[in-house]
Amino acid sequence: MADSTYYKPEDLGKFGSITEMNKELGDKFFEYYGKVFEEGALTAREKSLMALAVSHAVQCPYCIDAYTNDGLKRGITETEMMEAVHVAGAIRGGASLVHGVQMMNIIKKKTM
Amino acid sequence: MPSLLKRGADLANARIQLDKLQSLDTDLIPHFGEKLKTSGLLPLKPTGVDILQINMGKMCNQICKHCHVDAGPDRKEIMTRETLQQCLDALDNSGIKTVDLTGGAPEMNPEFRWFVEEVRKRGVHVMNRCNLTIVLANPKYNDLPLFFKEHQVEVISSMPHYTSGMTDRQRGNGVFDKSIRALQMLNEIGYGKEGSDLKLNLVYNPAGAFLPGDQNSLEMEFKNRLKKDFNIEFNQLFCITNMPISRFLEYLIESDNYEDYMKTLVDAYNPTAAAGVMCRSLVSVGWDGKLYDCDFNQMLDMELKENINHISKFDVEKIKERTILINQHCYGCTAGAGSSCGGETA
Repeated sequence: MADSTYYKPEDLGKFGSITEMNKELGDKFFEYYGKVFEEGALTAREKSLMALAVSHAVQCPYCIDAYTNDGLKRGITETEMMEAVHVAGAIRGGASLVHGVQMMNIIKKKTM
Repeated sequence: MPSLLKRGADLANARIQLDKLQSLDTDLIPHFGEKLKTSGLLPLKPTGVDILQINMGKMCNQICKHCHVDAGPDRKEIMTRETLQQCLDALDNSGIKTVDLTGGAPEMNPEFRWFVEEVRKRGVHVMNRCNLTIVLANPKYNDLPLFFKEHQVEVISSMPHYTSGMTDRQRGNGVFDKSIRALQMLNEIGYGKEGSDLKLNLVYNPAGAFLPGDQNSLEMEFKNRLKKDFNIEFNQLFCITNMPISRFLEYLIESDNYEDYMKTLVDAYNPTAAAGVMCRSLVSVGWDGKLYDCDFNQMLDMELKENINHISKFDVEKIKERTILINQHCYGCTAGAGSSCGGETA
């Protein structure tokens, strides 16, 4: 078990096998997933960048792997990808900081 | 950086490249022939001979990191007029209607203009794989766009990205700016413009160890960005997968991407792309006149069998009957939507 880790890169390629233990829900998920990323009101390129940002927000190594490679294949530049990651960083940072208002409310209420 | 040959690198040797290609566990990378068999395509046979692809020499003014020819300024191999005449004789005797000129930089062959004129006299279509920067490399090449126009040559040019960073990392510092200028020169005389017969097509191949994305989407993105940023227009974008041979193979090994890249190619194997591989409809001529199934087999010294192995013995009927030679690099042409000198095949 010495070289074993919870996250294995090769497991990303096995994602489809989740249907083995519940085919109906697995199939429905992948059908939905595929539809979500089709060209729509948003382009598939825009969705790829959004997925990359969300991957960082939820800190999913599989998703980061998948959507960095997807971005490269689509010709998305590293500048664009890093800006997307900063969007994730700003929202996550902001989500902490905005709670500072709650902290300040309590402080102001409790102190003279 | 000098070529592999100039550096005396092991990978300059085709045999060593083939050994490397065959070194991976067949559980991970099955024999390409086994894959073809599952698609009912073994033995791989031609569907015709529509294109004569001619490698006019390995000399090039650029030294791209991914070059499968190992071309560069230090390569002196150039096709002679005698061999070019044999190519013309082959055209006269075969009825082939398209010639695809490649290199190196084909324009650096001193017989380039004579040869193009001779081919055009025969009513044969000429595609020229122009690296763009050659137009600005020396005053004697500045009028190439006008020469192309005069002879109605289709221009096919590499452009790995619409930004300088990705382009220069693959093709060398300053290549992007010069390529943009050359594209503008071609546009100025009508190449790539809507309604014009002068075709200007771009070739996209990834600047790294990943596969190209969807050709139509990338074409749209390239068209929008090149128009907006540089007022450049072109006709089509051809997506080409990097072959795991020569300098790109060296890059894959040195960057520890080789095994993963091969696995990516195998996982993306597409039977429709396999049925449309370019070797089924073209034959490739090396700078010394030797014949091959494609430019990649040429670089791996996988020449046609002895009775049809040289342009001086060109017999289109025998060539149509040949069995195409395959090896593990062929996965590069069958991955995803496929890859050929004309882009996707599936």
